[in-house]
Amino acid sequence: MSRVDGYGRIDRTRTLAFTFDGVGYTAHPGDTLASALLAHGVTTLGTSIRLGRPRGVMGAWTEDPGGLVQIEEPFPEPMLLATTVDVVDGLVARGVAGQGRLAEVADTARYDHRHVHCDVLVVGAGPAGLVAARTAARAGLDVVLVDDRPTPGGTLTGTETVDGRPAPEWVDAVVAELAAAPHVTHLQATTAFGHYDDGFVLALERRGEGSDGGARARDHRIRAGRVVVAAGAIERPIVFEDDDRPGVMLASAARDLLHRHGVLAGREVVVFTVDDSAYAAALDLRQAGASVRVLDGRSEVPPGWTRRCAELDVPVEAGTDVRGTLGSDRVRAALVGESRREVPCDLLLVSGGWNPTAHLFSHVGGPLRWDPELVAFRPAGELPRTTVVGAANGTYALADVLREAGGEDAPTAPPEEITPRGMLWRTAGDPARQFVDIARDATVADIARAVGAGMTSVEHVKRYTTIGTAHDQGKTSGVLASGVTAELLGRPVESLGTTTFRPPFTPVPFAALAGRDRGDLFDPVRTTAVHAWHVAAGAVFEDVGQWKRARHYPAPGEDMAAAVLRECAAVRGSVGIMDGSTLGKIDVRGPDAGVLLDHLYTNLMSTLKVGRVRYGVMCGNDGMVFDDGTVLRLAEDRFLVTTTTGNAAHVLDWMEEWLQTEWPHLRVRLTSVTEQWSIFAVAGPRSRDVVGRVFGDVDVSNDAFGFMTWQDTTLDGVPVRLARISFSGELAFEVSVDAWHAPDLWARLVAAGAEDGITPYGTETMHVLRAEKGYPIIGQDTDGTVTPHDLGMSWAVSKKKPDFVGKRSFARPVATDPQRKQLVSLLPTDATTTLPEGSQIVALPDDGRLPPPPVPMLGHVTSSYRSAALGRPFALALVAGGRDRVGEVVGIPVGDMLIAAQIGGTVLVDPEGARRDG
Amino acid sequence: MNSPVPPGAALPDHPDFLWRTPEPKPSYDVVIVGGGGHGLATAHYLAQNHGITNVAVLERGWLAGGNMARNTTLIRSNYLWDESAAIYEHSLKLWEGLEDDLGYPILFSQRGVLNLAHTEQDVRDSVRRVEANRLNGIDAEWLGPDEVAKICPIVNVSDDIRYPVQGATYQPRAGIAKHDYVAWGFARRADEAGIDIIQDCEVTDFVVDGDRVTTVRTSRGDIACGTVALCAAGHTSVLLDRLGVRTPLQSHPLQALVSELLEPVHPTIVMSNAVHVYVSQAHKGELVMGAGVDGYNGYGQRGAFHVIERQMAAAVELFPVFARAHLLRSWAGIVDVTPDASPIVGHTPYANVLVNAGWGTGGFKATPGIGWAFADTVAHGRPHPLVAPFALDRFVTGALVDEHGAAGVAH
Ligand SMILES: Cc1cc2nc3c(=O)[nH]c(=O)nc-3n(C[C@H](O)[C@H](O)[C@H](O)COP(=O)(O)OP(=O)(O)OC[C@H]3O[C@@H](n4cnc5c(N)ncnc54)[C@H](O)[C@@H]3O)c2cc1C
Repeated sequence: MSRVDGYGRIDRTRTLAFTFDGVGYTAHPGDTLASALLAHGVTTLGTSIRLGRPRGVMGAWTEDPGGLVQIEEPFPEPMLLATTVDVVDGLVARGVAGQGRLAEVADTARYDHRHVHCDVLVVGAGPAGLVAARTAARAGLDVVLVDDRPTPGGTLTGTETVDGRPAPEWVDAVVAELAAAPHVTHLQATTAFGHYDDGFVLALERRGEGSDGGARARDHRIRAGRVVVAAGAIERPIVFEDDDRPGVMLASAARDLLHRHGVLAGREVVVFTVDDSAYAAALDLRQAGASVRVLDGRSEVPPGWTRRCAELDVPVEAGTDVRGTLGSDRVRAALVGESRREVPCDLLLVSGGWNPTAHLFSHVGGPLRWDPELVAFRPAGELPRTTVVGAANGTYALADVLREAGGEDAPTAPPEEITPRGMLWRTAGDPARQFVDIARDATVADIARAVGAGMTSVEHVKRYTTIGTAHDQGKTSGVLASGVTAELLGRPVESLGTTTFRPPFTPVPFAALAGRDRGDLFDPVRTTAVHAWHVAAGAVFEDVGQWKRARHYPAPGEDMAAAVLRECAAVRGSVGIMDGSTLGKIDVRGPDAGVLLDHLYTNLMSTLKVGRVRYGVMCGNDGMVFDDGTVLRLAEDRFLVTTTTGNAAHVLDWMEEWLQTEWPHLRVRLTSVTEQWSIFAVAGPRSRDVVGRVFGDVDVSNDAFGFMTWQDTTLDGVPVRLARISFSGELAFEVSVDAWHAPDLWARLVAAGAEDGITPYGTETMHVLRAEKGYPIIGQDTDGTVTPHDLGMSWAVSKKKPDFVGKRSFARPVATDPQRKQLVSLLPTDATTTLPEGSQIVALPDDGRLPPPPVPMLGHVTSSYRSAALGRPFALALVAGGRDRVGEVVGIPVGDMLIAAQIGGTVLVDPEGARRDG
Repeated sequence: MNSPVPPGAALPDHPDFLWRTPEPKPSYDVVIVGGGGHGLATAHYLAQNHGITNVAVLERGWLAGGNMARNTTLIRSNYLWDESAAIYEHSLKLWEGLEDDLGYPILFSQRGVLNLAHTEQDVRDSVRRVEANRLNGIDAEWLGPDEVAKICPIVNVSDDIRYPVQGATYQPRAGIAKHDYVAWGFARRADEAGIDIIQDCEVTDFVVDGDRVTTVRTSRGDIACGTVALCAAGHTSVLLDRLGVRTPLQSHPLQALVSELLEPVHPTIVMSNAVHVYVSQAHKGELVMGAGVDGYNGYGQRGAFHVIERQMAAAVELFPVFARAHLLRSWAGIVDVTPDASPIVGHTPYANVLVNAGWGTGGFKATPGIGWAFADTVAHGRPHPLVAPFALDRFVTGALVDEHGAAGVAH
């Protein structure tokens, strides 16, 4: 056991049991998997990805390149750093060989998203962040303070003093003050992982497996007036031979393990450093009972530290270095200096200095510049809304950090001596055994090969060697790789820079980002006001956009084909009713409403009389049909536009975009009223009777209520709108009412139709009926390459209007090419085959056989059904020069067969339109 | 814990030499602007197929550091329209021999692509595309949900999903490759042939004489040119602006992301439009995924995070086992999108300026094919038949090749 008494913030009164690589161990609350394993002397956690070398914990936290584990229980999770896994009772984990494993079953844990707004977001609850948050809180600002570790304090875990008090005490006092402040949210175990423009920061709060039945993790989407990056710094290793051996560790990591977890990571310790900071680790470990020796790569060692070392019997050697290590699974000795003298040790601590954790500054484009005194890249320049303080800004001495973060209000700390930092990327040795990225088994030799191959950019070196691409995203290896590359190229490191820091700062589970947007909530499920009725009637639904639409209503034992034939026959024979409430509806209001619609529809809308209805087509700039629907003129300055179900939002966007960007002078307002109005189509020769029965005071005769007109009425005081619009060619009424009263009105219509055998019908029947009449469905019979002319709708394209969206494109030569694909009908000559929708159409060869590819295509089948009215299958198709080919027989490859079908006009049922008025 | 063969060991070694770092010469017969995949492939085929080697590839940053370094490497040819199918299938055939041609291990892996259908209209569009592919001699199948599950068992084909999978199109010859290696392979062969690859050399302007460009101005001085071949992807519109040529190109950020390295779970490529995401698992084991462009225009290689969140929701919806995979890294490129989602290749109003752009979100797969056909176009001063349908003037004539509705997810 390497647990030491009197250290660590673990709860020694309680014991947790966990399993690692099949062996049972114990831990205490407050332990990470790394600390618990190290406490038991387990130093090798896994093997490396390429070379299969042993790997262990090298860092304190998310920067660790070595200690990767796979969680098996409570739920499988791949590739976590042991340093970041809190031990829970029953935890089962194992080491990994470079790849993680996903669970075979779905994760049932919950994940939340939360929107947060604040004046100031402080990232990091170390000394800089705590002071910054306190200062902002005292100024009465709304403050959010997040810190990724389970407990606050950052590096203030050890022996430092602030305002004359032991640092941990000071931390507790600040935390208490923040907790008492009215506008402060303080979250630990919460990692700010991405920073985007305008003060937008994503932070992931880890809340524990199944904690209180709530979310396992919460993704905070924070909009901050100002982002204070106080994320500290990450210690940098020094490269030497076999520096990847377990037992080689960052100096700060050993110190952290001691102070947070009471774990002494080694008994015989060598500290190899070119930076003063490692001396604190040396002394702390010494005081905890280890024997310690410091090897300082600099010729000048810090006098104060050296004196304190001497007092504690810690020898300090100047101007020497570590060249390699000995050992098998764990370091046994350091090879020191030119002579490679063996210095026995079971823990080799390294410090090559520090890299400011400026990731969140970089995410929003903040530049980093090399600081030769700091021997690091640090934030340079100003960014709007962003401040970097403390070690993240390259300010390392505690007193300076406090002053930088707190201004006048700042607490104080004793001054520190500073000996010039050394710049040491690697020591002399065999490059093939000098590991730069331990997670990727990438060595100095790999960098040398990249440089030898002609690469001069760190981005190329990264890609050639894979350095910096592992789970830690190069937190320790990135700048090291720049340094080694610079050295090999004989160039200053500042000319190379670093590779780009990209979100996320630390890995984030997919599910945490998905949040609640899964299953039914992945996309809102929209149902009409009458949905419950459809469900009760046994409807089968289809997804149309976000809507659930009743597709058909099978009677017991019926399949869809049978149900649709029955529904179709009912509509053409008597009367049917369909819920059309999903149609998009846009209220267009204002003195220039007509002008806007004239610009957007191909036909004239401004001439429409109040009380009348007109069908219209909208095209894109390219002249291709993109939506259609009916337009009701409600008043001189008011229209109701309907759109296809799936396209409603898109059409509204489209109208707004034109209005706001091209014609802002038009006095028009657009309002979506899709959800407000329910619409029912009552269609069939008996529809007049049914509607007349329900609305006794409305004269529904053809003379009083003509085709393509509308009338307002009331039913028991509830406003209702009736319109004579038909999508089936039959006499038909559209009945509109507010969604609240819709179920009742639907029920009344159904009841009133009972004597006529009123039949509810779904979208499939609606599709068949309209296809029999040659009415296209935009998006099914069109694909963005079809003009109104191609659809045979030249009548809907105004020749009078000076301009409208798409008009110019109709003048292009291609638009008038007679070989354009045109909408036609197809009748399979065998009168029995229903052509699969989507089938391609080819010329029918004399032998009736499909030739080998390539076979020129004439068009494709867009809609295909069995028709009750025709007693046979039929289809609509887009066929090149189709209208000139009426009567021609073409071939449709279906599986291995070539089906013959004859081209015809689009209107197959009631071509003279005799049924429209009943 | 110890696997007998460490999983990462399978990655190939790179050649020991890739390219020189020459100083620009005062003049070249052909100046290729843009050292991405397309520029480098064009250079290679100019040398290999046409013996033209007095060529410079000018790259403003590090070689192939644009979209070439950022794409998700999906390669397929199952496009709807004849014109698209022809160029992408030509490209796919070249991919099938590219490793040998370049003498470089590009990790081309033909693992097939499933394009999922979730609605009735998806099914119609899918059948239509499969039938068109077959008639064009391109491998394509329509599969029902059970067959989808056989090919990729981790896809959620149950009803317990917002938009149930109704089936998929399948192109077995589709695949992925290692983008960097492809770029380096082309660069190495071009360099060997004597072509100068010049990095950190931004083209800033052009010197014009009548309807010809005589010199390109660069951050490393003026360079006289015979022909200018523009391969600048997202920055093409900016360059052509200098010449007063307007193009219907919109530059958008397009993001992608990877997970950590995972044991093999995903044997193929899955793309979905309705549940918008596409995913493959790369050789080392990371899941690579992307979706659609960010809505706004821009040249900053950064996207917005809600696009990633939405993608993750789609991924977990389609692949419930991905829930605890981790997002490790996300990034963005700048893609040049045209109104009909097809490229712009061929002549400009300037007699010696040829353009290759507008590949938007899907030009990686075209790399060898377009390099081959564009080199031919440059060499002969007329559009190769494979690129002729993609002339800039189609936006005037209206002869669009509209792959929007047709191609589903456009990668
Ligand atoms: C996230 C993402 C995912 C993608 N996924 C896929 C996919 O799965 N499958 C697929 O087929 N395609 C995909 N693509 C698209 C594909 O990457 C591009 O279409 C293709 O790479 C473009 O060709 P390129 O390689 O030549 O472009 P680039 O690599 O962008 O090359 C253009 C080069 O021109 C340089 N340049 C620009 N201006 C100048 C100047 N003034 N002077 C000198 N040089 C200049 C740029 O620096 C750049 O290097 C994706 C793209 C992105 C961004």
